[in-house]
Amino acid sequence: MSAETLTEPLLQATDVHKSYGRTAALDGAALTVRAGEVVAVMGPSGSGKSTLLHCLAGIVRADSGQVRYRGRDLTTMSDRERSALRRTDFGFVFQFGQLVPELTCLENVAIPLRLAGTRRRDAEARAGAWLERLEVGDVAGQRPGEVSGGQGQRVAVARALVAGPRVVFADEPTGALDSLNGERVMRLLTEAAHDTGAAVVLVTHEARVAAYSDREIVVRDGKSRDTERVS
Amino acid sequence: MSIGHTLLGLLESGPRHGYDLKRAFDERFGHDRPLAYGQVYSTMARLLKNGLVEVEGIEPGGGPERKRYAITDAGVTDVETWLARPEKPEPYLQTTLYAKVVLALLTGRPAADLLDSQRAEHLRLMRELTRRKSSGDLADQLICDHALFHLEADLRWLELTAARLDQLAAEVTR
Amino acid sequence: MSAPHEPFAGFDEVARGGAPRGVEPAGGAAAWARDLAFGARLAAGGGREGWIRTLLTAVGVGLGVALLLLAAAVPPMMTVRDHKRVARDSMSAGYLAKPTDSTLLVADAGTTFRGADITGELLRPEGAKAAAPPGVAHLPAPGHMVVSPALRRLLAAQPLLRERLPYTIDGPIGHAGLMGPAELYYYAGSDRLTARDANYEHGNADRIAGFGHHSNSAVMGPTFDLLLVVMLVVLLLPVAVFVATAVRLGGERRDRRLAALRLVGADNRMTRRIAAGEALFGSLLGLLVGGGLFFAGRQLATHVTIRGISAYPADMTPDAALAVIVAVAVPLAAVGVTMLSLRGTAIEPLGVVRQSVGRGRRVWWRLVIPAVGLLLAPLFGKVQGDGKLNMYQVATGAVLMLVGVTAVLPWVVEQVVRRLGGGPVAWQLATRRLQLNSNAAARLVSGVTVAVAGAIALQMLFAGVDDEFVFSTGADPARAQAVVSAEVDSGAQARDFTHRIAATKGVQHAYGYVDSAVTQPDAASVRDGDFAYLPVAVGDCATLGQMASLHGCAPGSVFLVPPADGAGDTQAARTYLRPGGRLDLNGPPREAYTGTPRLWTIPRDARTAQSRPDPSGSLGWGLFATPEALDTSRLTSETATVMVALDPHDPDAAEYVRNTAAKLGIGVDVLHVGTTTTKSGYAQLRRGLFAGAALTMALIGASLLVMMLEQLRDRKKLLAVLVAFGTRRGALAWSVLWQTAIPVVLGLVLACAGGLALGAALLGMVGRPFHPDWGAMAGMAAIGAGVVFAVTLLSLPPLWRLMRADGLRTE
Ligand SMILES: Nc1ncnc2c1ncn2[C@@H]1O[C@H](COP(=O)(O)OP(=O)(O)OP(=O)(O)O)[C@@H](O)[C@H]1O
Ligand SMILES: [Mg+2]
Repeated sequence: MSAETLTEPLLQATDVHKSYGRTAALDGAALTVRAGEVVAVMGPSGSGKSTLLHCLAGIVRADSGQVRYRGRDLTTMSDRERSALRRTDFGFVFQFGQLVPELTCLENVAIPLRLAGTRRRDAEARAGAWLERLEVGDVAGQRPGEVSGGQGQRVAVARALVAGPRVVFADEPTGALDSLNGERVMRLLTEAAHDTGAAVVLVTHEARVAAYSDREIVVRDGKSRDTERVS
Repeated sequence: MSIGHTLLGLLESGPRHGYDLKRAFDERFGHDRPLAYGQVYSTMARLLKNGLVEVEGIEPGGGPERKRYAITDAGVTDVETWLARPEKPEPYLQTTLYAKVVLALLTGRPAADLLDSQRAEHLRLMRELTRRKSSGDLADQLICDHALFHLEADLRWLELTAARLDQLAAEVTR
Repeated sequence: MSAPHEPFAGFDEVARGGAPRGVEPAGGAAAWARDLAFGARLAAGGGREGWIRTLLTAVGVGLGVALLLLAAAVPPMMTVRDHKRVARDSMSAGYLAKPTDSTLLVADAGTTFRGADITGELLRPEGAKAAAPPGVAHLPAPGHMVVSPALRRLLAAQPLLRERLPYTIDGPIGHAGLMGPAELYYYAGSDRLTARDANYEHGNADRIAGFGHHSNSAVMGPTFDLLLVVMLVVLLLPVAVFVATAVRLGGERRDRRLAALRLVGADNRMTRRIAAGEALFGSLLGLLVGGGLFFAGRQLATHVTIRGISAYPADMTPDAALAVIVAVAVPLAAVGVTMLSLRGTAIEPLGVVRQSVGRGRRVWWRLVIPAVGLLLAPLFGKVQGDGKLNMYQVATGAVLMLVGVTAVLPWVVEQVVRRLGGGPVAWQLATRRLQLNSNAAARLVSGVTVAVAGAIALQMLFAGVDDEFVFSTGADPARAQAVVSAEVDSGAQARDFTHRIAATKGVQHAYGYVDSAVTQPDAASVRDGDFAYLPVAVGDCATLGQMASLHGCAPGSVFLVPPADGAGDTQAARTYLRPGGRLDLNGPPREAYTGTPRLWTIPRDARTAQSRPDPSGSLGWGLFATPEALDTSRLTSETATVMVALDPHDPDAAEYVRNTAAKLGIGVDVLHVGTTTTKSGYAQLRRGLFAGAALTMALIGASLLVMMLEQLRDRKKLLAVLVAFGTRRGALAWSVLWQTAIPVVLGLVLACAGGLALGAALLGMVGRPFHPDWGAMAGMAAIGAGVVFAVTLLSLPPLWRLMRADGLRTE
């Protein structure tokens, strides 16, 4: 695949170490994400998948190693810079409990835009369009407590994509859903990401979910192996 | 599963008579169907012809003549490539995969790598099915889903085996 | 490892604790006991989470209980202090003409050191049987003294004060003779005391039969009682609100656990009883905590002096009956509040049924409460003079008004918050949360609201009855900051005093004059005893100029100063103070004329001058003469008065003057010139109010903080997700601030309105015009707001901590 090797990696982690107290959550993990691709991160429970995702997204700072995003090293950036980066370039979907219960679904989706300074009216108009696109336009006015788990996840996906991120990080986005709903969320997520050109880093332990990826990497005992093969 | 490769793998730990090979095979892999002695004999003949094994010596005796087979360098390489090559994902693959894992453990090769590349192979197929599913009609989707669920079951088995490799290694090399 | 279904949280405990099973719903007392016990077990055995909640409740209730016990200790403490005060009282019950073997001579020797009042008495026993004051074993010998421990420490640390009280220290004054450990008190022996005569003349001391013989219970009148009642209500109501809030801590988690119980078969009534059991357990624990806090805190009382008041721990014993009431009422209130908070929430097996958001509150009954309180006020009747005050009615009215304010608060918050919108994300997060649960928000600040409303009403009442207690002195501290006065035998002695004070360190100028009085020329022949009283002031031109507007004063000048309106005997002044008129310098007699007349003629060139307030605020009148014109040795019973201008850059200047004055002799008074003076009972009351308000505010601050922290902890995951999305810390901090500030501002506005209304009603009762004290109101509102902002600040570090990525991990 000569085309791929020519593409400059969007996000590249090398030899990342991260410890919590005496637990080494990451012990030399590496990962490369290219623009527009969907990478699944797999591995047994407790192997450090979520930690890797947090390091890649600049939510936590790696103890050592490099996390380069478009030529800049996240590990040397200040908290402020990383926050700004997450605001403008990244989107997030988690397993559950990520929507602000007091806000309506529409307002929840509008948050990233409003954090970036978009006016409320415009932000909510764009949020509405994304809800339609993810087939949850009808719950726009409801609060997260009043919608189903699958609908809630699709709202969360809309929120992750609304600000036009270059990378969407998803940690077990279907973990709390049945297979039909889970696949629906995955289909919508990957289609939308493909349309907008966003890359997706997808942590999951479900093979059928990982099957929506272009490529997977396996994390074991804090070490990751990129199975991207030269074939 | 490839009996030739399995027998070759068994020879890696040292030269054996044909009869010993059958016993070793049955003990580890012939859980419900023992290997016919004739099959051992014909397989060894084929391997001999291909230069993967050699006859180390013939023991004359009262009964039929007994040949001691030893693996050649070419044979070791053959086992190597066989183990490293992921199987084409298809149903009821476990026996082959199991044999491969055990042989890898027996011969001191990294069994985890084997499992990983198998997982990659499975996922590759699953991706293909997933893609086909999203473009096909309902019948296509249902058929794909059927295959996907089976593949997923295999993959789960792979995960589980990977998690228990240490345990298995202890048992196999006992 | 994750627990997506929140309603099932706590399910394990249920399984472990063994849910009540197989029992018919209606089981009478046995069922109650069983469910209460089960609730208590849940509270005690709910794992770490459960314990934290139980402890929070216990600490909250405990703080409230401690304060209630403190309040219960106030009446006995007042009684003890009253007894002590009476027991050491050295006022004479009447004039004692003759010494006996048990009488004493006493003279007041109190002083002030850097703003701290020191009480002191000079004593001289006239016989062997003279009793010592309480807390003192033997009367100190001349030149010796006994001192309170606090004064002893002060003397040891301050040589300047020791110079003023140079007596040899014999020993301490015991507890029996002191109100509290911080009191500055001494008794010194003196052999220079002589008894005054029946005319209160020719001596420097009073003769008394012993200590505690004159019981004066300083009755302050019904207005004082009114103040006291309202003060107690104002201070205790926030405590009650606080206790009620404390037992509701962790309500949401509790509801989830109850839902899990419903799932395994508990019915609605059982869950309610179990909840009651939990609350009961927490509040019983709170009782213990409160008792412990109170008794431990009482020991600290030795070290605490709040605005000059201190007390001995042993004197702070709660009244038994009140303590029992506290012990019974608090757990009952806890159960009551729990039941109330469960009303309106249906706990279903799959969780708490979502309360529909749209349902508005009914406002009418909320308005009825304060309205009734307000209507009751005029019915109390007016308190005037010595009229008896119906305390119960006043207390009821005040309580209704204040409770009414808290009842209206949730409705107001709801109405206002519903109309809020727009603004940045932080604002949106805050307003939406308030809209969804405005109840909790209102509860958060109702304590502050009650406290502020009450305090504003009290301030108004205080300000309104001010002139009953506070006298404006009209003094002008810019011209002189101290006034020293002493009886003198001669003009020479007066001049000597002036010189010595003028020579004292820190004194910029001393205006000394001799103060006396003369009478009409024909006094010796007046029979009916009605003698003209004409004041005389003899001093140099500069000094006289401080008391009247003089033109052309020179040595030898004499001025006639007519009294200002109502300030003196206008008739006498007009009759006798004329140039060329004659006066009798041997006067004015008290009863009957004694001695021989010493007639003096007012010089023909004496001019009339206008009186002006002297630096201490008095308006003098009469004959103002320079020493060259009038020989002071011819006057009777003279007083030397020295008005002293102090060096503003020397903070101890007043202390040097007091030291000099102490050396001048017994009974030399040093008056600090201030703009107002306060009757002491009122000062104590106001100090009490401020001390109580400070405590209450601290308590409310603590409860606000606890609630804020709990709320933050509940939202840990959400905070982490918002941070992942790149939300700035500042934005979240702002949303926390808005979320507190919005209800607080509403609460304060309401508090001001309620306070004004209550204050107006109270002022109406004492017959004073409505006069809002805007400054005090702003001050109180600022204190309330300050507490809340302090709480927000304090909850920021935990907020930063919770915002870390850990929050993304599901528990
Ligand atoms: N904040 C933390 N404090 C302490 N230990 C942590 C923390 N975060 C992660 N760990 C530890 O690091 C290791 C990796 O955790 P991580 O959450 O990355 O695993 P994971 O692969 O996402 O597991 P799962 O599939 O169960 O979500 C675990 O052993 C975990 O206990
Ligand atoms: Mg994880």
